[in-house]
Amino acid sequence: MEEMLSVKDLEVSYGAINAIRGVSFHVDQGEIVTLIGANGAGKTTTLHAISHLLNPKAGEITFCGKPIQHMEAHQIVKLGLAQVPEGRRVFASLTVQQNLELGAFTRTDGNDAIAADYEMVFARLPRLKERRRQVAGTLSGGEQQMLAIGRALMCKPKMLLLDEPSMGLSPLLVQEIFNIIRDINKSGVTVLLVEQNAKMALEVANRAYVLETGSIAMSGDAHELANDPKVRTAYLGT
Amino acid sequence: MQFISYLINGISLGSVYAIIALGYTMVYGIAKMLNFAHGDVIMVGGYMVFIFMVNLGLPAIVSIVLAMAVCTVLGIVIETVAYRPLRGAPSLAVLITAIGVSYLLQNLALLIWGSTPKSFTSVVNMEPLRLAGGQLVITGESIVTIGVCIVVMVGLSLFINRTRMGRAMLAVSEDKGAAQLMGVNVNGTIMLTFAIGSALAAVAGALLCSSYPMLLPTTGSMPGIKAFVAAVFGGIGSVPGAMLGGILLGIIETLSKAYISTQLSDAIVFSVLIIVLLVKPTGILGKKISEKV
Ligand SMILES: Nc1ncnc2c1ncn2[C@@H]1O[C@H](COP(=O)(O)OP(=O)(O)O)[C@@H](O)[C@H]1O
Ligand SMILES: [Mg+2]
Repeated sequence: MEEMLSVKDLEVSYGAINAIRGVSFHVDQGEIVTLIGANGAGKTTTLHAISHLLNPKAGEITFCGKPIQHMEAHQIVKLGLAQVPEGRRVFASLTVQQNLELGAFTRTDGNDAIAADYEMVFARLPRLKERRRQVAGTLSGGEQQMLAIGRALMCKPKMLLLDEPSMGLSPLLVQEIFNIIRDINKSGVTVLLVEQNAKMALEVANRAYVLETGSIAMSGDAHELANDPKVRTAYLGT
Repeated sequence: MQFISYLINGISLGSVYAIIALGYTMVYGIAKMLNFAHGDVIMVGGYMVFIFMVNLGLPAIVSIVLAMAVCTVLGIVIETVAYRPLRGAPSLAVLITAIGVSYLLQNLALLIWGSTPKSFTSVVNMEPLRLAGGQLVITGESIVTIGVCIVVMVGLSLFINRTRMGRAMLAVSEDKGAAQLMGVNVNGTIMLTFAIGSALAAVAGALLCSSYPMLLPTTGSMPGIKAFVAAVFGGIGSVPGAMLGGILLGIIETLSKAYISTQLSDAIVFSVLIIVLLVKPTGILGKKISEKV
């Protein structure tokens, strides 16, 4: 299988704090890979380094064979690597429709293709269609998460990075969000899923990495890890 | 009749404040910084119009357009050289840099053009409008200033709400990181904001010097500070707020000069600001910091 994203010996620090200490992993085309870990393990920092919202101290990141660690954030999006950030971060004062339009900001493939993608997003996330004229700040948490996902899909990504999409949602909504993620992956988008909800993440993922205080502690097949006694006690509470 | 005349003068002065305040508020909204050198860009705009129009004899409109071009470049240079290296630095460091840039511009102007005031020729060549049998006289400068302010307001609203780049500006002002994740070039957007603000500062400089024809290296300071007050008054970061704040400030200043005291007018302006901020700390149209879920 073709490698889509590869991270090698990544190091990131906030001033004197070394948040990421030599992390390596890869995601192949078509996979769902999950990066699980406790609060503060460095999951968000890793995703921010990949999208270049912050500058890594060392390491090499390639996307579709291209080194991207020196590219600017907006150029990386143009390559087809989108991120749904932690906490959704929708543009609260803009409408659902306007948020989706911003998602399509980098598109140059014409209005027809973009219009078709609005329909695709609305078909996948019907609740957004009902609320397309509503201001995003007034949406519920679940709806905002859907908008954040829809917005990321509007840039027509090859790969999606998702940072704790289940955070703060009811179990029913979590299930719905994970179903959506699975659907998106089936439609050909490679997924890197960051989660604290290890149980759900290991259920949808093909492979998994466990991040502990800035380093990869374990990795392997998602189902095998879900049955690993160490993972079970530390992350699944069983 | 006298009152209406004062009111129109106030709206005219306020229109200049409003155009300047737009520069403050847009830069604040996008880059989250106070560009205290903005007032001095007005002064540079004034000198540029003076050079092109009076020294070189170019038509007023051409002189203004050229001055806008020079100020746009100046704004971009200030942003790239002075502010961009400080992106992410503590806001106090940025503020001190801005004050430094302000003094640098004033002193460069002093070096180049000296401390003798230049007497500015109005860019407006229009007969005053006489109404009510000659009792109410509205100067051409007032009419043009108010007209330009309306055009700027409408044009900028259309730009921000209807264009791709305008939408990108809104996105950056709300969440820089999220905007980057949409593929928005944040540095480019900040640069564009400085360019627009500085071009408007040149227009403001031309209008200001036409109504108050004394051009000095410090010409931009006081209007700059007042326009900053206007931006805070209306709600910093809000474009309609800057417009409203600017015009209200102009009216309050002119009416206090006319009816209360010339010396106290500035004190009254600042007292009104303090009262407004005590009642509504975010300014008249300021949004409350929206809470994230
Ligand atoms: N802006 C920041 N400044 C300083 N330290 C930070 C910052 N953001 C995160 N950290 C630290 O880096 C570590 C990893 O954080 P983060 O990547 O947010 O973890 P996770 O997403 O796994 O919960 C934590 O110890 C956190 O305190
Ligand atoms: Mg996190």
